[in-house]
Amino acid sequence: MELKMFILVLGLLVGSGSPDIGPNQGKCSDSLDPGPQDQGNHTLTPQSKKNFPVLSFGYDHVRLPFEISLWVLLASLMKLGFHMMPRLSSIVPESCLLIVVGLLVGGLMKLVAEVPPVLESKIFFLYLLPPIILDAGYFMPIRQFTENLGTILMFAVVGTLWNAFFVGGLLYGVCQFEGHRLVNVDLLSCLLFGSIISAVDPVAVLAVFEEIHINELLHILVFGESLLNDAVTVVLYHLFEEFSSVGTITVMDVFLGVVCFLVVSLGGIVVGAIYGLLAAFTSRFTSHTRVIEPLFVFVYSYMAYLSAEVFHLSGIMALIACGAVTRPYVEANISHKSHTTIKYFLKMWSSVSDTLIFIFLGVSTVAGPHEWNWIFVVATLILCLVARVLGVVGLTFVINKFRIVKLTSKDQFIIAYGGLRGAIAFSLVYLLNTDHFPKRNMFLTAIITVIFFTVFVQGMTIRPLVDLLAVKKKQETKRSINEEIHTQFLDHLLTGIEGICGHYGHHHWKDKLNRFNKKYVKKCLIAGERSKEPQLIAFYHKMEMKQAIELVESGGGSKLPSAVPSTVSMQNIQPKKSPQDRALPQLSKAREDEIRKILRTNLQKTRQRLRSYNRHTLIADPYEDGWNEILIKRKRMMELEKKISQMNNYLTVPAPAPDSPTIARARLASDPQAWGLKSLTESIPTIKVDLASPQSPESFNMVDEIGKKGSQSKASEEEDGLTMKVPSMTKPRKDKTANEDDDKEPQQRLMRCLSDPGPAGEEDEEDEPFLH
Amino acid sequence: MQFACACSARQMLYECNRNHRKIEQQTRRLGYWWRITVVMGSFQSLPDDHQYQTLSKNTGFSLEQIAILHNRFKQLSQNEETLRRDDLKTIQDLESNPIRSQIIEAFFDSRNFQNDGVGSVEEIGFEEFLTVMSYFRAPPQHITEEQREKIRRSKLRFLFNMHDTDNDGTITLEEYRHVVEELLSRSGALGRETAKGIADAAMLEVASISVGPMAPDDFYEGITFEHFLKILNGVEIETNMHIRFLNMDATVLCK
Repeated sequence: MELKMFILVLGLLVGSGSPDIGPNQGKCSDSLDPGPQDQGNHTLTPQSKKNFPVLSFGYDHVRLPFEISLWVLLASLMKLGFHMMPRLSSIVPESCLLIVVGLLVGGLMKLVAEVPPVLESKIFFLYLLPPIILDAGYFMPIRQFTENLGTILMFAVVGTLWNAFFVGGLLYGVCQFEGHRLVNVDLLSCLLFGSIISAVDPVAVLAVFEEIHINELLHILVFGESLLNDAVTVVLYHLFEEFSSVGTITVMDVFLGVVCFLVVSLGGIVVGAIYGLLAAFTSRFTSHTRVIEPLFVFVYSYMAYLSAEVFHLSGIMALIACGAVTRPYVEANISHKSHTTIKYFLKMWSSVSDTLIFIFLGVSTVAGPHEWNWIFVVATLILCLVARVLGVVGLTFVINKFRIVKLTSKDQFIIAYGGLRGAIAFSLVYLLNTDHFPKRNMFLTAIITVIFFTVFVQGMTIRPLVDLLAVKKKQETKRSINEEIHTQFLDHLLTGIEGICGHYGHHHWKDKLNRFNKKYVKKCLIAGERSKEPQLIAFYHKMEMKQAIELVESGGGSKLPSAVPSTVSMQNIQPKKSPQDRALPQLSKAREDEIRKILRTNLQKTRQRLRSYNRHTLIADPYEDGWNEILIKRKRMMELEKKISQMNNYLTVPAPAPDSPTIARARLASDPQAWGLKSLTESIPTIKVDLASPQSPESFNMVDEIGKKGSQSKASEEEDGLTMKVPSMTKPRKDKTANEDDDKEPQQRLMRCLSDPGPAGEEDEEDEPFLH
Repeated sequence: MQFACACSARQMLYECNRNHRKIEQQTRRLGYWWRITVVMGSFQSLPDDHQYQTLSKNTGFSLEQIAILHNRFKQLSQNEETLRRDDLKTIQDLESNPIRSQIIEAFFDSRNFQNDGVGSVEEIGFEEFLTVMSYFRAPPQHITEEQREKIRRSKLRFLFNMHDTDNDGTITLEEYRHVVEELLSRSGALGRETAKGIADAAMLEVASISVGPMAPDDFYEGITFEHFLKILNGVEIETNMHIRFLNMDATVLCK
């Protein structure tokens, strides 16, 4: 059955998709029957059988994939093109531009007497929609989603129902009132139309909201609504479709409809969750075949979607549930590279699908059978807008009674205004049977008008409106480790306070769920000791990894990216000890071990695996091996450089400051070695006692680790204390690092003013305190 | 002995009770635990009197909420007038909380009582209990930016005080390490090992964010309150740090 469907879809695509660009335009003017005029070569072969054809021409058997590729290429090129025009894309949302492109392409095809393809519902629902939804579900901000679940459900269920019945009912009234041509539109088809058009579309919402960078709360409210209303739409759609063929509705039917809604939504979630857990469980065993790791996520999610569709459950809900359930476990199991692969593949697929959907929407507008009825279209548009505004305002009034963070009128406006309609509605109408719904074409036209209105007018004006209303935008900051610590602290604190208050709020249940998750689920689904890893540690490791990568990407410059706290070293935060036990090695021991461990697990494992070539190992790349070497070497160089500069700082910083003699003295007391040596070794040749000489293989880790942390330089700092140097040796080095010092100068000066005597202006004066 | 003392004081306050204004002044001024004990005593006999209204005005809780919390207070203290650390330690739900000791300590920290006190106390009365609870109220619906900032500061101050155990105005590295260790205390040896590293990394981050580049010999003493505000800029404490206080009595349900 699966196969049949696939063939069917392909057939549809053949029928619909035909090349509009490229040299083959004229060749396949009649695409459906490969008649004699199709390709001359084909018919000629039997006659000219004598000679073996050196070059033959057979376009037919590559037609379908070729055309699909052409469409994808067109879509990708268009996307590429828009991003090369930043000025245009800052005013007009991409979705609008893509629709325009679709319109142009469709028009062009009509000009050359080609039948432009229509956005086939099957293609849409089976191939184009899932990637977008999976992308959304997999990267869903779960925390915000669950915190606002009540509001989202309210908008998605009650709001959609309200919209459907309001629009459907009033449209019926309009149809009756207007008489003549619309009089044969019955109530059920009006309600069906209303239920289709009232659903906010996730594709359109994503496309527009991702560009305006609105704050997380509003984003999740509108986006969550668009995802969850799928169940309502599916049920209403099937309900009304069923009834319109039967004709009557009883109370029993309504009751069954409610039950059906619960089954569809919860069933979808259950199906998704089951597949999600399966995916997580599978990923537990993939540590030896990393190449196919990402595939499991995609395939299981797709299976979840298809399985849900088999029972007419909500496929969207299934995908969301699958993505959300899979992610935390899979991320713990799979390698970093697989994670990146999943991320990029999802983003790529979803953005291509998204582009294709909008282009096809444009093309189908040109192609589609239209039946323009002014009254119906205008009434639909107005009713949609009115219903949306009324629904949001009314529901918010109720919701705000329960919400702690109330929705302001600005928020309400954005929620109402962000209710964009899109391709799902179009495809659903397209699926309607013309026998039962004689006015299908009119519906199609009305839907397209509403979609165009929301996408063009609302989509284009929402950005200026957001600016105008000064709606809070999303903060683009990365999550810092401090925030993570305090978020967790706050979670436990609130759980504790609820415990003291003696009532079980949602913090309590969240805590219970977390503990259950940690105790049982994680053990089953996550391999190795990572299952016991608390969230904070996992976050820490992730951050470490990111910093390491950033460090590598920052290239050979000895300056670290500003995100890494390179300018502050361990020494700065370490509590000062008395001069005797300020020897830091003892302190750094534990750290060193820990870092060794991390390194051993991260770096060396990959190095070992690089030895043999295997088609199925991703990293069997000789270049990469060398790359690692380079990396280590570069880090070593950077470390040296830094060490030197630090040492110079060490020597140059403490000039006698008139305002803080005590501090200067304290410094002297704390670092007798450095100072003493410096003043003594004026003419002695250099003896560099480097505790962790970079040449020894063991110190690899050490140096590496320092670079990785970007901050753990206390060990090397200590070594500097033992370094003896003649001034003649340090001079050139100073020159080398002079630029760097200059860069830091302004901030540093400020810093030093607070606690230190400030950078020494003159080398000579530096030694003064010792000389007398 | 203590009981007798409380009793006699209660008698005394009964008389005062007739004069409401006087009581209000008293309540505000009461600093010593035993006097508060007395106020508590008078509550028990007059549950919905002006005492509640005063408390409601001071802490922002509704009368129903105060009544519920009062019931809980009595339940926790086993009908005593003061609450001790041991009473809180018996709460089942707290047992698995990694930061249990810090939560309990916060209730006995006089810095949180809004009367400029310092140091920790042995017992607290209902007013203190309620004051500490009031840090977890949700912000009211219509507030100005100024008020929001004020609420934010007070909530953050509460958190800061939880970390700054020695009340020197900074969270030192030691204190921060302690916090992280506590947070990870439920995850065994793995947690203990890494806690230090995390605390160090976090401290480095604070230092680099709030101070900028430092010379090798500068010393960052610890997180001051201003820096604390800065690093938590991204977390909307004023809306996140709240729990839902019930308006109906549910203690029967959740024994």
